[in-house]
Amino acid sequence: MSTTTVAHHEEHSDHPTGIMRWLTTTNHKDIGTMYLTFSLVMFLVGGAMVLGIRAELFQPGLQLMNPDFYNQLIGVHALIMIFAALMPAATGFANWMIPLQIGAPDMALPRLNNWGFWLLPPSAILLTLPFTLALFGIGDGAIATGWTFYPPLSVQGGIGVDFAIFAVHLLGVSSVMGSINIIVTLFNMRAPGMTLMKMPMFAWGWLITAFLLVATIPVLAGAVTMLLTDRHFGTHFFDAAGGGDPIMFQHLFWFFGHPEVYILLLPVWGFIPQILQTFSRKPMYGYKAQVYSLWAIGALAVVVWAHHFFTAGMPVPALLYFMYSTMAISLPLAVLFFCWIKTMWRGSMSFETPMLFAVGWIILFGIGGLTGLVLADVAADAQYHNSYFVVAHFHYTLFAGGIMGIMAGVYYWLPKMTGHMYNEKLGKLHFWLTAISFNVTFIPQFFVGLAGMPRRIPDYALQFAEFNMISTIGAFVLGLSQLLFVYNIISCARGGTKATDKVWEGAEGLEWTLSSPPPYHSFNEQPVIK
Amino acid sequence: MEENNSSKQQLANRKLAMKVLYVVIGSLLFAFALVPLYDVLCSITGLNGKTDNTAATLAKAKVDNSRVVTVQFVSAVMPGLGWNFYPKQTSVTLHPGQIETVVFIAKNTTSETVSGQAVPSVTPGKASSHLKKIECFCFVNQALKSGETKEMPLRFFVSPDLPEDVKEMTLSYSFFKAPDRK
Repeated sequence: MSTTTVAHHEEHSDHPTGIMRWLTTTNHKDIGTMYLTFSLVMFLVGGAMVLGIRAELFQPGLQLMNPDFYNQLIGVHALIMIFAALMPAATGFANWMIPLQIGAPDMALPRLNNWGFWLLPPSAILLTLPFTLALFGIGDGAIATGWTFYPPLSVQGGIGVDFAIFAVHLLGVSSVMGSINIIVTLFNMRAPGMTLMKMPMFAWGWLITAFLLVATIPVLAGAVTMLLTDRHFGTHFFDAAGGGDPIMFQHLFWFFGHPEVYILLLPVWGFIPQILQTFSRKPMYGYKAQVYSLWAIGALAVVVWAHHFFTAGMPVPALLYFMYSTMAISLPLAVLFFCWIKTMWRGSMSFETPMLFAVGWIILFGIGGLTGLVLADVAADAQYHNSYFVVAHFHYTLFAGGIMGIMAGVYYWLPKMTGHMYNEKLGKLHFWLTAISFNVTFIPQFFVGLAGMPRRIPDYALQFAEFNMISTIGAFVLGLSQLLFVYNIISCARGGTKATDKVWEGAEGLEWTLSSPPPYHSFNEQPVIK
Repeated sequence: MEENNSSKQQLANRKLAMKVLYVVIGSLLFAFALVPLYDVLCSITGLNGKTDNTAATLAKAKVDNSRVVTVQFVSAVMPGLGWNFYPKQTSVTLHPGQIETVVFIAKNTTSETVSGQAVPSVTPGKASSHLKKIECFCFVNQALKSGETKEMPLRFFVSPDLPEDVKEMTLSYSFFKAPDRK
């Protein structure tokens, strides 16, 4: 395997500086950095919104806000966290790491890449602007339907719905462009000798994510476009009186919405095994089994959507089909869990921050998966549907399984990206505070959900008061401990102990053959994989 | 030499990107194709309890005197329509194939003329395609003047092909405010 002895010719000679560098850049590392920074900022914005929600839920009754504003916070929190925090974080890693991992000089379509990123800030503004407009008496605030846009509520809603529809259009275009770029890069730009079955697991996870994105995001775009024409142009796609059907929206939405869950998780399933092997100092267990499992999950993801609305009314055979197919996903997922654990088995493990996050991630994401199995049960779902049990479940999958996974990746690759080691003590403190406060926040929500507390309601029965109080305290600790994360990242970017090229003793892969930080243009001559 | 290679690479990249773009366009079209597909699927399988909303021809179907089926009637008025609306009789018991007429009563309690549209649904779903309507107020919009009360007839029969295990079915009508025709 060739190392990069190539002189860094023309470095810093042909790209503009200052703001124009970032506006016009086509460099995958710059764009990756912008994605990750954007994601971090939006993570804090979305987090601040949910602290508003938890503050209102601290006590029963209405103290801080009216129900309509509460609903707006709920909807925008979800849209921001999903579309503007988690997805850009995964895309940011893809931009940074995929070319380095497969030995390519850059992404295949660099200009498309730039465009893909710069659609994000406008859409974030579209999502949050209605809050500000409402202060000036224009409109009645942001989208208040929850992130799912269900009609007829979304047809009757105010201008916030229109803003959210256009934001989703832009976000959709952005992620479709990102996906096209990743697919082309992975198929056309791999270093000579790197067959598909030699690709790093992260590349595999992203390849399947990218396929899911190009197949399902257009369906969401179509569905919200129908909503828009229903709202303003006299169509009746979702209006029963006009011959349409509001349930059809749920089918269209979740045809996108369920694969979306795997879109958020597959990139994480890609790099977590790499982290596990690095800190267990032995090769990844069951590479092939993992790749096939990822494919199986990707395929099953598009045929199980209706389990999100079992209670909307379906004939029994359909209920049974969606129940069993949903449960079938747990089989390939169990294979993955087995491989992850077996990778660590009898390894000489050490627990630096990325490994702490990765191991904690396995446990917490496991809880998310198992509670999902409970929800997939049609008979049980009638009780759990739209309760706080669901809220707790998907935060175990998307906060623990998504965001904590992303954090593992940040700590893992940050020394490579910045060239400096982060503060290990602060990192570990951040992990323990996050893991503990996360559980303090969400375990009580399982209990209140089982007892019948509905989601998306700003007030609740007195019997739920103690658990909600605990949950709110947990949420504030969780939110505030993320400031440690931000501080650690910023100080790491500014300086610190110099990182070695390999950074971690057990690190494997092409990205670790480059210097830390890698040169602005890397792999101008592609390495050859034996 | 290298220049040549990299332009070849660019061409290949562009080609593949176009192919993926076709997939994107394909799935966008698929989203809109799902609208008619959804209706077709529902009318074939009876998912959602949709009934055939066109008049059935008077069947030569023989009356099946060997069994009876009870049809219950449920009514609802959706928000935004200031009407009272209820069935005159809550259920009828009849033989499959036997033609029956029932009456629903609607009253406009507002001070203006309002049009409404009734949307039917049958439970269980598998019975929905076997409820045949010869004449129904739900086929077209119904306009009521202020304070007007109207008896709305429904002539129907239950097809003798109705699965043996269905002994009871419920026909529900929800009256919506008719959408404004521009």
